[in-house]
Amino acid sequence: MMQTTATVMQPAADQPFTLNFGPQHPSAHGVLRLVLEMDGEVVTKADPHIGLLHRGTEKLIEHKTYVQALPYFDRLDYVSMMCQEHVWCLAVEKLLEIEIPKRAQYIRVLFSEVTRIANHLLWVGCHALDVGAMAVFLYAFKEREFTFDFYEEVSGARMHANYFRPGGVNRDLPEGLTAKIREWNRNFRTSVLPMLEGLLDGNRIWKQRTVGIGVVTPEQAQDWGFTGAMLRGSGVPWDLRKSQPYECYGELQFDVPVGKNGDSYDRYLCRMEEMRQSTLLIEQCLDKLEGEFAGQACKIQNFKISPPKRNEMKADMEALIHHFKYFTEGFHVPEGECYAAIEAPKGEMGVYLVSVGGNKPWRVKIRAPGYAHLQGLDFMAKGHLLADVTTIIGTQDVVFGEIDR
Amino acid sequence: MSTAPHIDTHLNMAALEALRAHVDAKLADQMVESRLVGRELTLVVHKGDVLAVLKALRDDAVYQFKMLVDLTAVDWLGRVVDGAPRFEVVYHLLSTLKNLRVRVKVAVADGDTVPSAVAVFSAANWYEREVWDMFGIRFDGHPDLRRLLTDYGFEGHPLRKDFPLSGHVEVYYDADEARVAYKPVDLPQELRRFDKQSPWEAMTGNAGLAETDNVFDGGEFK
Repeated sequence: MMQTTATVMQPAADQPFTLNFGPQHPSAHGVLRLVLEMDGEVVTKADPHIGLLHRGTEKLIEHKTYVQALPYFDRLDYVSMMCQEHVWCLAVEKLLEIEIPKRAQYIRVLFSEVTRIANHLLWVGCHALDVGAMAVFLYAFKEREFTFDFYEEVSGARMHANYFRPGGVNRDLPEGLTAKIREWNRNFRTSVLPMLEGLLDGNRIWKQRTVGIGVVTPEQAQDWGFTGAMLRGSGVPWDLRKSQPYECYGELQFDVPVGKNGDSYDRYLCRMEEMRQSTLLIEQCLDKLEGEFAGQACKIQNFKISPPKRNEMKADMEALIHHFKYFTEGFHVPEGECYAAIEAPKGEMGVYLVSVGGNKPWRVKIRAPGYAHLQGLDFMAKGHLLADVTTIIGTQDVVFGEIDR
Repeated sequence: MSTAPHIDTHLNMAALEALRAHVDAKLADQMVESRLVGRELTLVVHKGDVLAVLKALRDDAVYQFKMLVDLTAVDWLGRVVDGAPRFEVVYHLLSTLKNLRVRVKVAVADGDTVPSAVAVFSAANWYEREVWDMFGIRFDGHPDLRRLLTDYGFEGHPLRKDFPLSGHVEVYYDADEARVAYKPVDLPQELRRFDKQSPWEAMTGNAGLAETDNVFDGGEFK
């Protein structure tokens, strides 16, 4: 009897302890199942099991027209909706070889930057919450509601806006919106952002939990395909808005913050500064939209690829036909392939679009930044304590809508 | 060459031509062809040489394509001429040094394998697992070729063109066994296709069609 007990009690060193983290863990940011191999409290191997939110977006898009495919993009990275729409519009426009009006470009950039702030607010709130700071979360989410108000004013929906369209944006800004955004933007830059930074920048607990955690060297970041703040935090000055400017980013003034140590704290500093730069970009866009580009068209005036005006539709036969064809058959995209990418709040969001002509895409591959980041979790978490895994998931800014697609 | 002028504003054709000439000279033996369409360079390479090409591009002293941005596949079922390989595996590389992208393509027959690029780019790991999961293309020498996105025990490869949109199985809650279980898909109504594509002259949106006489009226939305 005594002998049996002795064989059951194996020495701990022989068997690594396997820990299931998620998929219902609050700091797993949605539906991440993480199988951790632990040596005591230290992580020796992390194996993320993803796909719990896989909805077959790419397959579904193959059966939809180019216009119908757009709302799927809102639901990829569901905390930075308009940025995802943006990359789809760019990919389609690239194959169509069309030019979109300047006003549409500025509206898109304006809302891309509003979205970037919304995304970073969610990120800093949840990241701090994971690490143990409750207040930041409450303040950040209050501010995030204002960005949803802007979404609602412009599109009618608070989150899944379906606002950007190939050829421009769905409709022009409602009256008075620019003033509202300007007021919020100024308040955010001068009082809210400094307050958030004041809560965290010098906070001893915050620094103990983030400095030196999840260090990524520039070589590792490139080898693993990291983009966005994950790459910039490691000291690589790479931002698609600067290096491969799309839309009107080339005409706007902004700086790209770059980290030094490649740890979670540097990435935090990068993202906070990105929010400040976004407020400057919003300011510049608002100036242009109220001044130089006021009253201009907000979508391409070629009614084969954008719907005609409502008023015209009621009096003009041709407009009615255009409207009907646009919303049933959609437009045809010439045969070809392209890769379009934007600097989404999380990193490089890309679409590889293959068309064989006709009104539906043949193949759409969505390149999600979080996908590349999450696969680096193994090397980033190795040797860290279990509690640091939540910090690393937080600093990667993962959202499973885009990772699982 | 007309292109969308608001995208890739940094690119100039001279730089792309130079890259193409450089690659053509360096990788002449491994390449089937190089194509410069729009402002995107595509290299079609032989399947056996794909690792050598990726390695050469990564270690190239001038261009340094150090990032594998994306890896995916395309199923050409029904569109390839008889005997041609069914799949294409597509690699997207990025050089942050020269600010250029390049696309590498390999043709793969159904049931054939591709050498795994994990040894060249660590990022290839999950991308290859996803391609195996979605298309059923195997990667030789991959350290851990498990399914990635589909459920544990899933059968079939969803992104193949012959995989139905509705799938083969659906989940339900089995009250007797108190667990979630699978059963064959049973649609109360046949899956509707809504194929509105007209066989006649299409709504092709070419730049030349722009109707400039339609003046925008900002008051319409107010």
